[in-house]
Amino acid sequence: MESGTSGKIELEEIPVDRAREEIESGGVILLDTREPHEHSAAHIDGCLLIPPAMVADNVEQQIPDRSARVIVYCAAGARSELAARQMIELGYEDVANMTGGIAEWQQRGFPVVSEAALTPEQRNRYSRHILLPEVGADGQVRMLESKALLLGAGGLGAPTALYLAAAGIGTIGIVDDDVVDASNLQRQVIHDTARIGQPKTASARQTIEGLNPDVDVVEYGTRLDADNVLEIIGAYDVIVDGADNFPTRYLLNDASVRLGKPVVSASILGFDGQISTFVPEEGPCYRCLYPSPPPPELAPSCSANGVLGVMAGVMGLLQANEVIKLVLGIGEPLIGRLLLYEALSTRFTELRVRRDPDCPVCGAGAPEIEDLGKFPDYEAFCGGHTGS
Amino acid sequence: MAKVKIPPVLRQHTGGESELELEGASVGAVLEALVSGFPDTRPQLFGEDDELNRFVNVYLNDEDVRVLDGLETAVGETDTVMILPAMAGG
Repeated sequence: MESGTSGKIELEEIPVDRAREEIESGGVILLDTREPHEHSAAHIDGCLLIPPAMVADNVEQQIPDRSARVIVYCAAGARSELAARQMIELGYEDVANMTGGIAEWQQRGFPVVSEAALTPEQRNRYSRHILLPEVGADGQVRMLESKALLLGAGGLGAPTALYLAAAGIGTIGIVDDDVVDASNLQRQVIHDTARIGQPKTASARQTIEGLNPDVDVVEYGTRLDADNVLEIIGAYDVIVDGADNFPTRYLLNDASVRLGKPVVSASILGFDGQISTFVPEEGPCYRCLYPSPPPPELAPSCSANGVLGVMAGVMGLLQANEVIKLVLGIGEPLIGRLLLYEALSTRFTELRVRRDPDCPVCGAGAPEIEDLGKFPDYEAFCGGHTGS
Repeated sequence: MAKVKIPPVLRQHTGGESELELEGASVGAVLEALVSGFPDTRPQLFGEDDELNRFVNVYLNDEDVRVLDGLETAVGETDTVMILPAMAGG
């Protein structure tokens, strides 16, 4: 930041290939200093936007940390050079101008995001998301391209599916072999009275398609088992576990660890709920938390014990929130944390969950997996739990 | 006296109580006070070898006692011991 003889401040110029390396390795704030219509047409993923005339006024608000590494770009490098100099005058310590701008970037065939990927209808439908800096048009495109699999279209799956569909998660798979029963409707808000007797997956599809035509619904009218689990979950980015039985929960855990798939897991009973997010390698798995299932008398089902309908909504929406954070890569997912909700006292409690070094599935000593088709007998392991 | 939180599935054995104040300098001693006061909770918490059942998670405040000193973990006056079973309701 020395003044040269010309009176101009020295400015670091960075070629597009080095800028790309820096951006990909993280820890860099990327700033687009063009007009919004140029940004919409094509921009580099993850950048902030401040139009040239607003840099001096807005940059401190958008980039409060003056010691942060910032790479500035525009169409060809002229406007961003001006912006970078303004920032240095404001006290920013580590600013570089990307030489040649996005024109050079695109000429080299480097990837850009185009909001043209969103139709005018979508820009309107998701406008409240797009307004959020954490989501934006890029995030909305990412949601539309993402795939979430729901285990169960029941108490938890119903509210999760509704809000994920409304949010524009582009593909929603639903695994459920049950039909809609009148006793479901106290909490399973995706179904309705006229659909009693219909398969839950078909009923859920009808509601989702009515809510948001952008969503592809994939129905799996089956129970997850050792023969189909890898094929079914393999096609998805995030799995949402709202299963009503232990064998399915352990099977899903073991398969998701094998495939490296994140699982947002919740359970409900009575007035109580639990939720955690299991991301293989980043945090513990379900078996680290619960090494073995309780005997049936200690783990009654909702059909035997009862459950407050609202509980399913609260916990299901916490799951939807986790899915969206995982898809967008924002916030702090519940990795290594178990959140308990007690509806009667309206109390949230957070417990820590550690990776178990001796975990038979994700621990250091876990056997190398060679035969992906083989799973233990979960019904026997779970000692008589078969679900409700 | 430590606060002990009783999960819903055990409340039928504690006269419906969801929270108890119990004496004990360690997690094991607090749980012993629980099962001597409410004997029907014993088979749910402990195996025949007097070890904590593997399917029962016990936390001291926010930490699983398995990563602390297990039943030997010291318990202070202001600590909370929570018994937490897995649930599968969905």
